Amino acid sequence: MTLVIELDAAEATDPGLVGGKGAAMAMLARHGLTVPPTLCLTTRAYELFVDAAGLRSVIRQELGRKNFADMRWEEIWDTALRIRNRFLRAAVPQQVEDELAERLTGEFDSGVLAVRSSAPGEDAEGASFAGLHDSFIGVRGQIEVLDAVRSVWASLWTDRALLYRRELGIDPDSSTMAVVIQRLVQGEVSGIAFGVHPAQAQLAAVEAVHGLNQGLVDGTIEPDHWAIDAATGVIIEHRPPSSRRRLVLTGDGPRTEEPADLPPPLDENQLHQVIGAVGAASALFGSPQDVEWTIARGQLVLLQSRPVTTGAADGNDKRAWYLSLTRSLDNLRGLRRRVEDELLPAMDREADDITRRRLDALDNHELAVEIDQRRATHDRWVDVYWRDFIPFAHGIRLFGQFYNEAVRPDDPHEFMTLLAGTPMLSLERNRRLAKLAAQIRNQPGLRSSLEGGTVDHPQFSADLEAFLDDFGDAVYANRSCFADRRGLVRFLLAMAASPPVAEAYVANDIERMAENFLASVPAERRAMAEEVLDVGRSSYQLRDDDNIHLARHKALVIAAVDEGRLRLADARPDDGRMADPDQVIAALRHPNLVVEPPPEPKTLETEGRLRPQPRQLVGQPAGPGVATGPARLVTGVDDLFDIRAGEVLVCDAVEPNMTFVVPMVSAVVERRGGMLIHGAIIAREYGLPCVTGVPDATARIETGDRLTVDGYLGIVTVSRDD
Amino acid sequence: MNHDPSHLEILRELLAGQLLGVLGTHHDGEPYTSLVGFAATPDLNRLLFATGRATRKHANLVADARASMLVDNRTNLPADFTEAAAATAVGIVEEISTDERFLFDEIFLTKHPHLESFVRSPSCVPLRLQVSVYMVVNRFQHVIELHFD
Repeated sequence: MTLVIELDAAEATDPGLVGGKGAAMAMLARHGLTVPPTLCLTTRAYELFVDAAGLRSVIRQELGRKNFADMRWEEIWDTALRIRNRFLRAAVPQQVEDELAERLTGEFDSGVLAVRSSAPGEDAEGASFAGLHDSFIGVRGQIEVLDAVRSVWASLWTDRALLYRRELGIDPDSSTMAVVIQRLVQGEVSGIAFGVHPAQAQLAAVEAVHGLNQGLVDGTIEPDHWAIDAATGVIIEHRPPSSRRRLVLTGDGPRTEEPADLPPPLDENQLHQVIGAVGAASALFGSPQDVEWTIARGQLVLLQSRPVTTGAADGNDKRAWYLSLTRSLDNLRGLRRRVEDELLPAMDREADDITRRRLDALDNHELAVEIDQRRATHDRWVDVYWRDFIPFAHGIRLFGQFYNEAVRPDDPHEFMTLLAGTPMLSLERNRRLAKLAAQIRNQPGLRSSLEGGTVDHPQFSADLEAFLDDFGDAVYANRSCFADRRGLVRFLLAMAASPPVAEAYVANDIERMAENFLASVPAERRAMAEEVLDVGRSSYQLRDDDNIHLARHKALVIAAVDEGRLRLADARPDDGRMADPDQVIAALRHPNLVVEPPPEPKTLETEGRLRPQPRQLVGQPAGPGVATGPARLVTGVDDLFDIRAGEVLVCDAVEPNMTFVVPMVSAVVERRGGMLIHGAIIAREYGLPCVTGVPDATARIETGDRLTVDGYLGIVTVSRDD
Repeated sequence: MNHDPSHLEILRELLAGQLLGVLGTHHDGEPYTSLVGFAATPDLNRLLFATGRATRKHANLVADARASMLVDNRTNLPADFTEAAAATAVGIVEEISTDERFLFDEIFLTKHPHLESFVRSPSCVPLRLQVSVYMVVNRFQHVIELHFD
């Protein structure tokens, strides 16, 4: 059984053996089109590997943890990360290693290589799933090839592929992956040509960039775009990019450059040469093709060919947006500058301006206008949050992947520990609260006066006000947390009644981990590793901080709506129940409006005569450790202030604005799933067991249930006295 | 794929679809299990089965009527770890009274017609497990109890 075959082998056009990409390369080569020197590692090698390492049952177990349709994107990413880590740590069978070593000679041994995924069926006509699996460029030598092959195999199970699991028909028992190993052609100009223009069927299209085409493929470099009449070859349109940049291969991997005055990457002759090649490929395969190409030392080389797909985007399908979250380091660098230097300061400046506008100076009509304006401002920042903050915060993932590839740790989420201790507003807020609690703990007189409902301690009052000035209000479940000082004081009294809580991370350990991480990266990639860590830390910080910045705007909306409710309650005492800001605005404008009562909240469906009671609920392990304690179900601000030391926080989703309660609890359980969500991040900071993604957690668990939270296995065990 | 069945749906499917369950009894603290054919009443609160009077399980049940029964849909493949479901019923076993005999015949023998001569034998005892709680497990470790109030 041959595991590595060349393009001229008889079997090389069988997509079941060499995958879609490999089979297309063989067809192109067979018909005289120039392709790079190529080897195909067949699907048999993948099968030998997964069977020898027992990976099929690992995948099955990971995918069976919960109903796939109920998994959030973050959970799918975590699942893919765990599977990938098992692939990276598994041994490659000796037979595969030996055959690769035997064939990786000559130009494959001395040159720079591209190692590309080639899944059977991925490029079938009408079902092209470009970019769901991974390819690696700049690979050198047998050891790096073996690592890249393992990563390509693992990429059959990326989060992106899992999102399209149903369409791809991915199944642990039958799915497989071939690998295409090519000599990397470092062209001066590269691009993609479409036999049919994605928008107009009578046109062909060419996109071109200077340097490698990886930046064009992953969307980080804007190309020059040409539309050409397919029948006559006449250029209909040339659209240059806003700025021309190029991707070049350095010792640190691919890097973007922006030299001044780069001309259009193709002249008219080259453009027609590219169009000719895509035409030939389309004729060869019998359908319009999407061809990746490069021009090196004047020669046009085709890198891959697959059918053009022009599926109309489904407006409800958010998977495309999710896929756009996978950003390159280069892209994240730019996004970081924009977020840190422009957006966050602008957001705070606007909140400061609004804070200065006094609500009591407005009449009812003006107040209605003010509510509307504050809401519009908040909504605008929510848009920015989704457009810029979320993609940047997902830079943690880039670091996580880089870390796991370098270190190959037992725990695929070990990288989170290295990010712990990053300065975050929520941690700083908790430290300030701990200081206020310490004042109460150390001064019995202050404690008694607070318990009696009075504050006759100027220093404490000043510190409390300074805390509120510095951090602003927090908003939870559409209600202000701190506007009414009594809840906060009640919470501080509870904090003071229990011993102070330390953050879990130890600076020396983190320093040591960072050193280990950098030491496991080859010297020529170390500068890049440091930058990825830096971006990871910045992303980690933003993941929490952005919500606290955004909450200032939300609190300003709520303050204005509450002012409206107060005025309406005075004027129309029967309608104090108005929950909806639109009703408040309408009632401020039209005093005689009749208000509809709010709808009843939904409850979990009952199961006939049989009363369901949870015993053991499975979620995702999100913070290591085991703890037992009484449950505290949090659904509103009052529940937050009722939390007592040692309770297990159970909620729908831990929001950054409620994380001030986390130091008090013994463990965290939430319905929303993922490792990179706020609950998991803050729980790790305090060394608390955490389980996320527990279906119906808030519907099934009641305050007072005795919970054992197993943060290693992701299991919550419930004991209830009947 | 889009619908995760409720635990009641899983239970109904197991009780209707499986022919055999594992009966757990004990004698003086010595545990004992036996494979038995069973059928559930439509309200799910009784599991009907039969055994010979001379069997160890019958002796155990006469000494202590507390028992459990495990019903599952495993297929003896690796996929069972994530895809199989199981329900354990816990309750008290009692002999079927003459008044209830028609119920037994209708429900039990409809499901197991080939056992007719066995259950008609004078040495065979028709029994019912009066269930107080079911513990339903799916996805390897997800456990929900269903209590009869």
